[in-house]
Amino acid sequence: MTKYSALGLLRGVFNGQSHWQPAWRDPEPKASYDIVIIGGGGHGLATAYYLASVHGIRNIAVLEKSWIGGGNTGRNTTLVRSNYRQKPLHDFFEFGLKMWERLSDELNYNVMFSPRGALMLGHSDSDMAMLAQRGDAMRVDRIDAELLSRDQVAKLEPQLDMSRDARFPIDGGLIQRRGGTARHDAVAWGYARAADQLGVDIIQKCEVTGFVRQGDAVVGVETSRGQIGAGRTAICVAGHSGHVAAMAGLKLPVESQTLQALVTEGVKPMINGVIMSQSLHCYISQSDKGGIVMGGDPDNWPSYAQRGQPMVTEGAIAQAIALVPALSRLRMLRTWGGVTDMSFDGSPIIGTTPVPNLFLNGGWCYGGFKATPASGWTYAHTLATGTPHALNAPFDLGRFARGDTIDENGVGPMPNHR
Amino acid sequence: MMLITCPHCGPRAQAEFTYERTVDSVVQPGTDPAGAMERLFTRANPRGLDDEIWRHTFGCRAWLVMTRHRVTHAIEAIRAVGPEALP
Repeated sequence: MTKYSALGLLRGVFNGQSHWQPAWRDPEPKASYDIVIIGGGGHGLATAYYLASVHGIRNIAVLEKSWIGGGNTGRNTTLVRSNYRQKPLHDFFEFGLKMWERLSDELNYNVMFSPRGALMLGHSDSDMAMLAQRGDAMRVDRIDAELLSRDQVAKLEPQLDMSRDARFPIDGGLIQRRGGTARHDAVAWGYARAADQLGVDIIQKCEVTGFVRQGDAVVGVETSRGQIGAGRTAICVAGHSGHVAAMAGLKLPVESQTLQALVTEGVKPMINGVIMSQSLHCYISQSDKGGIVMGGDPDNWPSYAQRGQPMVTEGAIAQAIALVPALSRLRMLRTWGGVTDMSFDGSPIIGTTPVPNLFLNGGWCYGGFKATPASGWTYAHTLATGTPHALNAPFDLGRFARGDTIDENGVGPMPNHR
Repeated sequence: MMLITCPHCGPRAQAEFTYERTVDSVVQPGTDPAGAMERLFTRANPRGLDDEIWRHTFGCRAWLVMTRHRVTHAIEAIRAVGPEALP
């Protein structure tokens, strides 16, 4: 496989770009693998890549029921940040953010990571106190955070309605300047290409329909393309975690809901970074093609349908227009919905399960995209060694029984009230 | 949007209703800690039918139990909640 380079692009100018080759193979499944990863999204592909590149395990299959990156990897708002409040989340997501910063070089694939700044708005004195507390917590853990005055916010995002009689008056904000956006498809494709080069079999249109058991242990999977043996089996299927885990008799602390987002027609640059309001629940950014990408609350009721109801997007749009009135002039291009596995404390689950040889990576709620590199890296470590890395040890499945939840929002065991 | 037939008010738009939790996640008094743990912190979460507790929050405010398909959103049955409706 040729390395992508500027010189290669230049050479293509003279050969009519005829040198392009498929970025990964389309292999038939082998009878068995050392590790079988269920789910060819960003997380599954990243896991395969780090298993091969960091741990030297190359006899791996990634099984995807449709096409890679077609699930939640292609159904998010592409935001990348590490501006959380609690230590385990700081450690995990900051490790991930540092991986994003060098990901394009590492994969030899432009994931278009754009650290344009992730700004959280404050709408009241108490909001500003909360933001200051969050910023302090971040800085104590050596993560960049900067509390901004009202004037600084106005200068940074001139399109915001800064008037005093605005529906949601803005008093200031907290910015993580290293946060930003990335290109979702490129993340899946970049990891797929890099993993494939190291010998990983990426098998698309291969749906897992059951587990092969030997005693308690999982020793393989039944798929729509036949039985495949596995030394270790890794669930990495986001919204379908509960469905797949149930095949192994596990009942997980997750409930699947729809999360929607939308994009407008493309316009000239008008939103400089990522604008978030957590007091409302609204995310606004501008894609590199010019479309304004917006997201809001999940649909808050269980569904596997990959489509939501307009009522919820209408709420997100109303908030966005209240914050940036000029958005009311734009036409919506399309909306999409993904199946998110809402966990019971809002934090992910990465680790072992009570079933021998079966591992779980799920419960990402609506925050999985930004976690892709760190999730793959820590899951690969867990799969290769059989024990969690220090970064993902707090995110084990047993934390709920221990009362050791990582509840960023402090709302208790209610997946629909996050 | 689903059309939900409230046992008290008749067919109404989903916008009037809110989802609470599944029937099997209600903890009854006297449940042992392991049972309470399972009910509070796990869900069957099937890609099919499940019994869900909803509320006609922006209508008559009564609770109801809905048997609903999680992929097609087809509603199989709706019944009013009484003591007999809970496990």
